[in-house]
Amino acid sequence: MTFARKRVAAIAAVAVTAALTLAGCADTGSGGSPTDGAGGDSENLSITFLPKNLGNPYFDTSSKGGTAAVEEFGGTFNEVGPAEATPDAQVSYINTATQQGVGALVVSANDPNAICDALNEARDAGVKVVTFDSDTNPDCRDLFINQATAEGIAKIQVDLIAEQIGDEGEIAILSASANATNQNAWIEDMKQLLADEHPNITLVEVVYGDDDDQTSFDKTAALLQSHPNLKGIISPTTVGIAAAARYLSTSDFKGKVALTGLGTPNQMREYVEDGTVTAFALWNPEDLGYLAAWAAKALITGEITGAEGDTFEAGKLGSYEVGPDATVLLGDPYVFDADNIGDFDF
Amino acid sequence: MTTTPPTTRIPVSGLTKRISALGRARELGILVALAIVVVAATVKNPAFLFSNDGWRDLLLTPSILMLVAVGQAIVIITRNVDLSVGSVIGLTAYLTGRLFIDMPWLPIPVVVLLAVLLGAVLGLINGALVAFARVPAMVITLGTLYAYRGINVLWAGSTRVNASDMPREFLAVGTGSILWIPILTIVALVVLAAAAWYMRNTRGGREYYAIGSDPAAAELYGLRVTRRVLTAFVLSGALAGLAGVFYAARYGSVSSQAGAGWELDAVGAAVIGGVAITGGVGSVWGAAIGAVLLMTINRALPILGIPDFWQRAVVGALIIGAIVLDRVLAVRQRRRLIEARDDES
Amino acid sequence: MTTMTGTTQATRVIPGHAKPLWRRMLLTRESAIIGLLVLVVAVASVTVRGFGQPITLNYLLLDIAPILLIALPMTLIMVTGEIDLSVGSMVGLSSVVTGVAVQAGIPFEAAAVIALLVGVVGGAFNGFLVTVVGLPSLAVTIGTLALFRGLAVGLLGTTAVTDFPETWTTLAKARIAGTTIPYIMVPFLILLVVFVILLHFTPFGRGIYAIGLSKDAARFSGVDVERTKFILFMLAGLVAAFAGIFYTLRFGSARGDNATGLELQVIAAVVLGGVSVFGGRGALHGVVAAAVLIGVISSALRLANITSDVINIVTGVLLVLSVVAASVLNRLQQSRRRPGRPPRVTASTAT
Repeated sequence: MTFARKRVAAIAAVAVTAALTLAGCADTGSGGSPTDGAGGDSENLSITFLPKNLGNPYFDTSSKGGTAAVEEFGGTFNEVGPAEATPDAQVSYINTATQQGVGALVVSANDPNAICDALNEARDAGVKVVTFDSDTNPDCRDLFINQATAEGIAKIQVDLIAEQIGDEGEIAILSASANATNQNAWIEDMKQLLADEHPNITLVEVVYGDDDDQTSFDKTAALLQSHPNLKGIISPTTVGIAAAARYLSTSDFKGKVALTGLGTPNQMREYVEDGTVTAFALWNPEDLGYLAAWAAKALITGEITGAEGDTFEAGKLGSYEVGPDATVLLGDPYVFDADNIGDFDF
Repeated sequence: MTTTPPTTRIPVSGLTKRISALGRARELGILVALAIVVVAATVKNPAFLFSNDGWRDLLLTPSILMLVAVGQAIVIITRNVDLSVGSVIGLTAYLTGRLFIDMPWLPIPVVVLLAVLLGAVLGLINGALVAFARVPAMVITLGTLYAYRGINVLWAGSTRVNASDMPREFLAVGTGSILWIPILTIVALVVLAAAAWYMRNTRGGREYYAIGSDPAAAELYGLRVTRRVLTAFVLSGALAGLAGVFYAARYGSVSSQAGAGWELDAVGAAVIGGVAITGGVGSVWGAAIGAVLLMTINRALPILGIPDFWQRAVVGALIIGAIVLDRVLAVRQRRRLIEARDDES
Repeated sequence: MTTMTGTTQATRVIPGHAKPLWRRMLLTRESAIIGLLVLVVAVASVTVRGFGQPITLNYLLLDIAPILLIALPMTLIMVTGEIDLSVGSMVGLSSVVTGVAVQAGIPFEAAAVIALLVGVVGGAFNGFLVTVVGLPSLAVTIGTLALFRGLAVGLLGTTAVTDFPETWTTLAKARIAGTTIPYIMVPFLILLVVFVILLHFTPFGRGIYAIGLSKDAARFSGVDVERTKFILFMLAGLVAAFAGIFYTLRFGSARGDNATGLELQVIAAVVLGGVSVFGGRGALHGVVAAAVLIGVISSALRLANITSDVINIVTGVLLVLSVVAASVLNRLQQSRRRPGRPPRVTASTAT
């Protein structure tokens, strides 16, 4: 490349960037505000679900509930999400939703703080923000739909494992991702319960499967290798417990190491039937998604504002009241075992 | 001027002996490293080696990577690289699952064959672009890594293939053993032996080495460079396809992210195993041992008390160590060749 | 080229300048990309709902800022014929170093400086292995890709540090007063000017092109090949570390696997922007346009609710097409220059 041509190219480079910059300046002639009026409209019933990650059967079920609710009140439903359950991956989807001017965003957060800024930008643009399943910092959302109290969820799993290992021995926890708000809340409560009520049970390790099937599978194998005296595993995540059950059912430890946690009946049925798992707990994720969508609609139409004491209608679930910290409670967790697992389909 | 024909003592024989000894020393070296890792882990926790689960996992987990590493070695020997194997694994694993769900009447061997065929086709696309468009393989396979993974995610959406969707017999192959050796390991070893024999003893195999050592000379010599490079990529794709089938059988659950990142492990295994990234040097045995070493380190780290988060760093350090070692040996070899030449004159 | 004997003035025609200036300027690959960019922006503004808003530009620039930043030194490295695959991992590592330092109580400014130093050291490590030990950059950077990423994940595990001072996180996303252009464009423009001057207006830059065209010829012409490459790898490490700090602040999260796969997007932008993978050819304006083009396509597709996988397919196909097209065009040009078609000659005017 000759001398003069490169000079030309150089000037062109700066010119292109300058042109783009000026285009940006020109664009804001119509005002620098991000809204185009579509958000904040009480008729805009477009609801976007943003779970922790896609490809997760638990969230597939909750989105099914959300879709049903949206169809009932005549809105539009959309589901987006990252392939991996990381905090930063959700930010671009929140930004896109802001740009699209949706009515409400229903999010299960991978981290309590990381997506706060993006969520607040969305709220400034008139988008209502409802969190479900896994909360964020209360400052960045309008409502939180909690499936059950954290203490209740922790207690039922600790009680189940204590029952299955005879209230003494070593246990480990196979969690989802290290930052997930709900996971950390439940694990904290579990540690407290173990210290207070089960002094003969020792928690030896907490490992993270990242809500990824292969990772959870490999981590279970590693746990069993590194702790030869392990008596039980608690996995408070449906992906984790399914992968752990799959590994256990083909290993020497089947029946010797107890496995419990939060799982969906469809994924766990064969392991309950072949004896790998005795009992586990969950709630109905479909109801959770259904309730979240109805709550979002109530916020959009102005039926509630998220203040404590507000009540709203949630279709066939009846009416619900907003509790402290702008939280709505779905109900209590439910135990599944060999007797009742045939009755459910989710 | 009369000349008496000089006595023809071929001076290089001693040197070639030394060079091939160096090559064998490399494979031996990695084997020793592998033994050290296994011994260390077993000392810490005897169940690592001496329990049914431990023994099975030790042999089973690397089998999948072994296949991919062998394919990658063949490609690297021709002075190319195939970065798309991870995405190929994902696509073929998902195809396997999908075939079982949508066409349950297909016999299992046919499903396996179709998956391998898909892998071969994907490899053919890579090979055609590299061989005919004369573009560096690194860039092409970088693009196809993206594109294939995108197609995989588009196809799978947010669904996944679950263990309950696949036939019991198929999953049993994934976790079952014959005479204490996992079935998948036996298959992998058979494939490895076949590949090693092909590369070492057939003319086609030797030509890969020639192309990798000096492509221009190979072309001038009359070797069908285009065809060989094409075949190398097809083989790599087909082996990745078979690895995808193994993946589905072993893990029983396939999402759109299956196999993500495996290309790095495959290249790492080959490089650690003595296959020089500049081509022309190395063997598939080395790549296979490299694969076993990498996977075993991964499993041994938590037992040795090192959080397995450090596994990737260990792999990176090993790769750099391996290529530096290769370089030092190559420089030394060149010096010796020059000395030998000078000695003769 | 022709010389006329006799007393008339001889004119030499250099084939590269045989065509008029406007043809030389407009018929380059870079112009093709810029034209494509304008076209895509126009089409997207019309067809995709919500694309024409001011805030689109804001999110677009925030999304591609790391790619834009790293594409600058990457262009220079690829013009010399080398490559650096470890930049994505360096972004992750600098992000983690920032997070770990902040978590340990070090003030953010100091943590950022430490991260920048880590970037320089990492780049120097790459440069050392390539220039002093003499290893191929592909192999070295595959190794450091794994090594840096491994260090990043090893330091933090899968936890993310999300507690950063609000002044800095807001600054990362703040806009220049009165516009929707994020502040990060200011350091980017400064860096762009620096790199443009470096590449086109200094002997160092001309040395870069020389190395790409022929390493040995460059060495014999007096270019210090090793020192040039070493500096380029250090620059790449430094800029990647800076991009890592920005990435951390923008997402408010420092995590070991941040920016996985970023190097592929950078290389796609560089190659699409007209830089030849064999070295010796390329210019920064094409690269900037290509990075913006990829960003625009991603943004438009995402707004149209087409999922991110399609974006990946598009990027991958664009990368392959651009490289294959370049190679095919090259061979067409070469076949046209074969004998049978003599170059144009101009007769000299009589004095």
